[in-house]
Amino acid sequence: MTEPIRLHFEVDGENFASAGAASEAVKMRLKQIGVDPAVVRKVSIAMYEGEINMVIHAKGGRADVAIWPTHVELVLSDDGPGIADIDLAMQEGYSTAPDAIRSLGFGAGMGLPNMKKYSDEMKLESEVGKGTTVTMRINL
Amino acid sequence: MTIREVATLLHAEVLCCEKLLDTEVHSACGSDMMSDVLAFVKDQAVLLTGLVNLQVIRTAEMMDMKCVVFIRGKRPDPAMIDFAITKGIVLLCSNMRMYPACGILYKNGLGAGEITV
Ligand SMILES: Nc1ncnc2c1ncn2[C@@H]1O[C@H](COP(=O)(O)OP(=O)(O)O)[C@@H](O)[C@H]1O
Ligand SMILES: [Mg+2]
Repeated sequence: MTEPIRLHFEVDGENFASAGAASEAVKMRLKQIGVDPAVVRKVSIAMYEGEINMVIHAKGGRADVAIWPTHVELVLSDDGPGIADIDLAMQEGYSTAPDAIRSLGFGAGMGLPNMKKYSDEMKLESEVGKGTTVTMRINL
Repeated sequence: MTIREVATLLHAEVLCCEKLLDTEVHSACGSDMMSDVLAFVKDQAVLLTGLVNLQVIRTAEMMDMKCVVFIRGKRPDPAMIDFAITKGIVLLCSNMRMYPACGILYKNGLGAGEITV
């Protein structure tokens, strides 16, 4: 019956330098409450990849985090262009990121596969023209 | 080796966190693609890169890295240095290029560690 710790973040799509600030705040919180560093890193990487995606592909979005005694749930949702072919987007190396993003060090097409790898469960829902929601669960 | 030895071997300038120079590091990686660092790196404590933006420091922080070496004389701006200070990440600046910088560290015993393929 324990209530989770809930955190909400608005992810600014206009400011590349601030991308990752939400993930960093979550990382600090998890460290503070004494979560195993290996698990903290999994959550950090999975959320950071998702946050970066919202900034580079969807002009920003929202992140909702619930920290339960047993697991962390991350919900990243945006009102961006959506993903037409989810199976294709999940493939390693597939990326529609423009060269300008690649010159910033991102856009290798490894983000979604990496999020799947580091989470225990991942659900990707998307509608073209409406937006994308990624839900990830990482067990503690 | 220690971060101090890394700095000496690469003739690097120490940009912040001097008090952490005696931290031991056991492996390193070199990349200009933060995407690849996030995907393939496991426990490497040192990142060598020619990319300069705030996401480099953030990537290092997410991966629990201890030191970032900017190669080819690239210099981070004050905001990046401030951010690294709050995270306790040593920033070094070397004029070497990627290949020799990695080679010198490798030859002196700083390996690639475990990489997930
Ligand atoms: N939030 C999102 N909104 C719209 N498209 C997305 C989103 N996240 C991912 N995508 C699409 O899926 C592709 C693959 O994503 P990812 O694996 O993270 O690689 P990358 O971000 O490096 O391109 C992206 O290039 C993009 O086309
Ligand atoms: Mg991505």
